[in-house]
Amino acid sequence: MTDNSTPPSSRHVIDRLGIVIFALAIAGLFCPFVLFRANRIVAGEARYVLDALPGWPGYFLLAVLGTGAVLALLRLDARLRLAVSFAALAILAVGLGWAVNSVTPEGDKISRTAPALGFWLELLAFGLLAADSVVRLGLKPLSRIALLVAVGLAIATILLSGIWSDLSVLREYANRADVFWREAATHITLALGSLVAAALVGLPLGIVIHPTRRLRAVVTGLLSAVQTIPSIALFGLLIAPLAWLAATVPAAAALGIAGIGAAPAMLALFLYALMPVVSNTLAGLDAVPSAANEAARGMGMTDAERLLQVQLPLAFPSILAAIRIVLVQNIGLATVAALIGGGGFGVFVFQGVGQTAMDLVLLGAVPTVALAFASAVLLDAAVELVSVKGRT
Amino acid sequence: MIEIEHLSKFFDETCVVDDVSMTIPDGALAVIVGTSGSGKTTLLRMINRLVEPSSGRILIDGKDISAIPPHELRRQIGYAIQSHGLFPHRTVGQNIATVPHLLHWEATKVNARVDELLDLFQLDPAEFRDRYPSQLSGGQQQRVGVARALAAAPKLLLMDEPFGALDPIIRARAQEDLRQIQRRLGTTIVLVTHDMNEAIHLGDRIAVMDRAKLLQYDTPQEIVTRPATDFVGELLGSGERPFRLLSLQPLRPFIEQGEATGTAVSVDASLRDALEEALWSGRAAVPVRDGAGKTLGRVTLATAIRQAARPQ
Repeated sequence: MTDNSTPPSSRHVIDRLGIVIFALAIAGLFCPFVLFRANRIVAGEARYVLDALPGWPGYFLLAVLGTGAVLALLRLDARLRLAVSFAALAILAVGLGWAVNSVTPEGDKISRTAPALGFWLELLAFGLLAADSVVRLGLKPLSRIALLVAVGLAIATILLSGIWSDLSVLREYANRADVFWREAATHITLALGSLVAAALVGLPLGIVIHPTRRLRAVVTGLLSAVQTIPSIALFGLLIAPLAWLAATVPAAAALGIAGIGAAPAMLALFLYALMPVVSNTLAGLDAVPSAANEAARGMGMTDAERLLQVQLPLAFPSILAAIRIVLVQNIGLATVAALIGGGGFGVFVFQGVGQTAMDLVLLGAVPTVALAFASAVLLDAAVELVSVKGRT
Repeated sequence: MIEIEHLSKFFDETCVVDDVSMTIPDGALAVIVGTSGSGKTTLLRMINRLVEPSSGRILIDGKDISAIPPHELRRQIGYAIQSHGLFPHRTVGQNIATVPHLLHWEATKVNARVDELLDLFQLDPAEFRDRYPSQLSGGQQQRVGVARALAAAPKLLLMDEPFGALDPIIRARAQEDLRQIQRRLGTTIVLVTHDMNEAIHLGDRIAVMDRAKLLQYDTPQEIVTRPATDFVGELLGSGERPFRLLSLQPLRPFIEQGEATGTAVSVDASLRDALEEALWSGRAAVPVRDGAGKTLGRVTLATAIRQAARPQ
């Protein structure tokens, strides 16, 4: 079957992942493109591409997506595949804006038009194609960051241009723009603040317990026990002790510590973050070659000099990997903080769930995912940059 | 001069070094040889206080080293280990500069020293200074490790199985280089090995250790001809002994006038080399030439055989 002498068969022309992308993209063409609702709570009416975009724009969009699906199926150069995916995604984004615009009655402010299954399938298909092409290109860390910035700028351009302004999520946004940015700031403060605290505590803790086997066992055991507590339970569990603390220690209350709100959320995120930081610090220090340690001592480095000049630099990639894990994990977990009044994007998610308003859920969920994704790309690139040095 | 006086080390209840006394004169290359677990490495590591003795003391140039803070002591003593221990995140130049930096040398002085050492170890500074250790061959890594140990021009260099990780050909060259560098710099070297060949080849003095005890501390000639215990004899390998003895004797005193033809041996070679040449080519005598190619005379097979016998 794998005889190389046979002329190129379909196996050599067809890309395996391309089959999945093709299937998704083609299926998407036959699904409703947008969902129109006369107001926030009534049931929606599905609109297909040609309903929403009558005439040549509809045919053009279908043609572009169909061609993209076929190209995805073929084994092409990764750069070409990346270009195809970006072109398809850009036209999909503009097409969505036009479709929503044309479906929404003139001057109407109550109706809600959201992307429907068809749009999401196309997004998934070409998003997959883009991600796969980036992986296959094997881009250098800095190029990946540049690509991330370019994609971010493209999305910002679309948002600022107003072509999506009739989109249901953005209508929800328009109604609460100031709240949105306040919660965004809270979300980032929660995620980054707990990360910084965990790094400030976890790094020295890891360094201190590293030489002592028993201490390591105790601390890592304790921290992994914390990790097993479901997030909602941990947020809830902290309410009582912090409420008690606020009630008994006036200074704590003055600092803003209370049973509900940002304090227990911050504390819970901090506790979750501690485990990865400590265990990666330990792993990083363990990975320092014993001969390097021995040589450092033998040449007359003091323990502090050895730590700063040999151990920490060699453990740094591992520690940075922990920062990446924690940041992505915290950005996701911070959503739950809203349950105990801690704020953040979770506010929209839980409001939306309460009101069965999916657009509101998306207003909380999409920025969270985007933030986590961007952090992952940035820190992955950073980890690679610091690891490459000295190992080429 | 290093004076080791009644030095003992216990780990828990186990005695690892048992009442060892020895003196290493300045400029000597002393080799501590023994099987694994004999206590040789612990003995070495007590000289730079990586291990603290349970009893006894060590004097360097008359000063008790227990009075010197360990890190300051170690900065005055070179230290090279088997797996070289180069810092993977630092370049060759930065690695070599480690101790000079700890001693706060000026940058220009450090750079000059790094280049000087790279030259000494036949590594082109321009080519190797900015490489990372992972970009070097095993032999080059080992040389950089020794260069790093010598960076601050220590009077004493401790080496723990420095050639253990090298293949035989590179090891022989590294041993030769070490010999020459030691002669040039006059550094006192204490080297630990399990390889009796290496000990006899390199050492001015050999200390044989077994089960925590120092069995014999003597010149290679004495060790080969008069092993103090059966164990020392075993370590030498009874079949090898005549050849080891010959390898310790330079040719020059045994040159005599007379006829000899065929391939000559160098005047710098040992009797063992002459014997090998004579046996292999089936000759009763081989000519001896100096470095300029001038024939100085001959060495006979009979002389070599006579000298291979145990001195009475």
